[in-house]
Amino acid sequence: MNTNTGVSAWITRPMLITFAVLVSLPFWIDSVGLYQYLGVEIVIWMVFALGYNLLLGYTGLPSFGHGAYFGIGAYAFGLSQLHLTQSVWLGLFCSILFAALGGAAVAAFLSHRRGIYYALLTIAFGQVFWFLSIKWHTITGGEDGLLNIPRPDLEFGVFSVSLDSNQALYYFALALFVVVVIGLWRLIHSPYGTVIKAIKQNEMRTGFIGYNVWLYKWSVFTLSASIAGLAGGMFAMAQESAYPDVMSLHASGFVVMMVLIGGGMVSFWGPVIGAAVYFLARDMLGAATETWLLWYGLMFMAVIMFKPEGIAGAWQSFVRGRDNSADVEKKPATG
Amino acid sequence: MALFEAQQLHKRFGDRVVLEEINLSFEAGQLSGIMGPNGAGKTTCFNVLTGRYKPNRGKVLFDGEDITGMAPRTIARKGISRSFQIMNLFDDFTVIENVLLAVPQIRDRGFNMTRLVAADSAAMDKAAAVLEQVGLKARAHENAGSLPYGDRRALEIGVALATEPRLLFLDEPTSGLGTDATARLAELVLELKQRYTIVIIEHDMKFLFGLADNIAVIHWGQVITRGTPDELRANKWVQSSNLGKLA
Repeated sequence: MNTNTGVSAWITRPMLITFAVLVSLPFWIDSVGLYQYLGVEIVIWMVFALGYNLLLGYTGLPSFGHGAYFGIGAYAFGLSQLHLTQSVWLGLFCSILFAALGGAAVAAFLSHRRGIYYALLTIAFGQVFWFLSIKWHTITGGEDGLLNIPRPDLEFGVFSVSLDSNQALYYFALALFVVVVIGLWRLIHSPYGTVIKAIKQNEMRTGFIGYNVWLYKWSVFTLSASIAGLAGGMFAMAQESAYPDVMSLHASGFVVMMVLIGGGMVSFWGPVIGAAVYFLARDMLGAATETWLLWYGLMFMAVIMFKPEGIAGAWQSFVRGRDNSADVEKKPATG
Repeated sequence: MALFEAQQLHKRFGDRVVLEEINLSFEAGQLSGIMGPNGAGKTTCFNVLTGRYKPNRGKVLFDGEDITGMAPRTIARKGISRSFQIMNLFDDFTVIENVLLAVPQIRDRGFNMTRLVAADSAAMDKAAAVLEQVGLKARAHENAGSLPYGDRRALEIGVALATEPRLLFLDEPTSGLGTDATARLAELVLELKQRYTIVIIEHDMKFLFGLADNIAVIHWGQVITRGTPDELRANKWVQSSNLGKLA
């Protein structure tokens, strides 16, 4: 067993490497032909995908309507800024709160289901929220969405920081990403994390050793929805608008593809890798051809057919093959 | 009063009656066996006793409390634990993680999201002690899914033991084991017998007759006779059936 004390109980080496790469990103992203705002989007979707993987990768629950909670977060942020008071903290709090409420309500209907029924219900509820966002004109602004959402300064009581520049916004999003990563890493290795991983493998036995499986499935969905809400709130900040498209079925599909391509089923870092790959593909393939989604889709199919464990899985096999001594075999789904 | 009692249990699936009328009682500190030919309703009986199925009629009492129809998790938390005939493990977990999950300290902290499981040395010690007991200590950090068959059987019992049960149900523990492995299992059960109240379903009569304090014979969904192994050996029905010849 590792000595899980001190700093190493909170921060791992892969975390440090990831944080270092992301902290330095604004300094080199322009020189590789990309642009500052892309970093903001990538980090936001990394948060979304990490929260989503709690459900898909760790608990084995397929949700195909998760864009709904991202969208609820975006609208909640926008509405709070437009109608309540302008504050980033309040806005993000509303994002998390309303996505959690939406998630909790839906999860109450889902949590005694599994497999295909579970998946179909998540789609159905996702569509309900998407439809509401289009039709509930007075609140959501219909198909146009909420426009001109203000992006207030970040208040710290004694001082405040302007988020007007993309770089400032990026570092704020990155700070939230760091909090989410560390929080989720602890959660995965906590008793709670152990129970959800157990449910993925064997729901029945988990009940027979005394766990309330329903309550765990309900709570992990709610938690995952709130993280989606946080990401959605940041997205509304970044876009200065909130619109129905992020709640649509295909937007929900993107987060599933990110997690699977990245390797969320076998690695904590899968969603992070997958989100980066998606946006790089969008911008780099997209610069070369209008039909980039076709190529991205083909790449997705290739991954599912030849390496269903995704990029992180390929990396793990590579490392395992390199130091061929069997006793250092790395356990899946750890940091 | 018996620790565990089943009164007039009746269970049917559709119009097929599987348990006609089952009356059983298990005394604290004893090892009780349930035997019967294939399809006699033994496993269904176990499933009703441990909450997997609700009986259509009848009552299940544990320590005087009516637990009929309660969810498996509720029954488990009252101190009843079971192993499964068809292996039912957490295959992607290591051996020790399988056991750790069932340790009550971890179960009671199930909603703790910030503490590290591996840092919980009291729970780890408990899990290690269970592995020692079922002879899997050396394999603690192997994946449960890649264990040899006999070790998986032992782990199946280990997971059930880790919940610190007051009553332990074992469903066909020798299923699929060879002679040597069965002998080792018999030693283990003999040890467990000192500390736990145990109920075993078995088709291996030699195994059961060597260990049990008393045995109930189930056939056609009813308890047709019960007694100590010696009494059953003398029983005409048991003698005339295949079961007797094997014992």
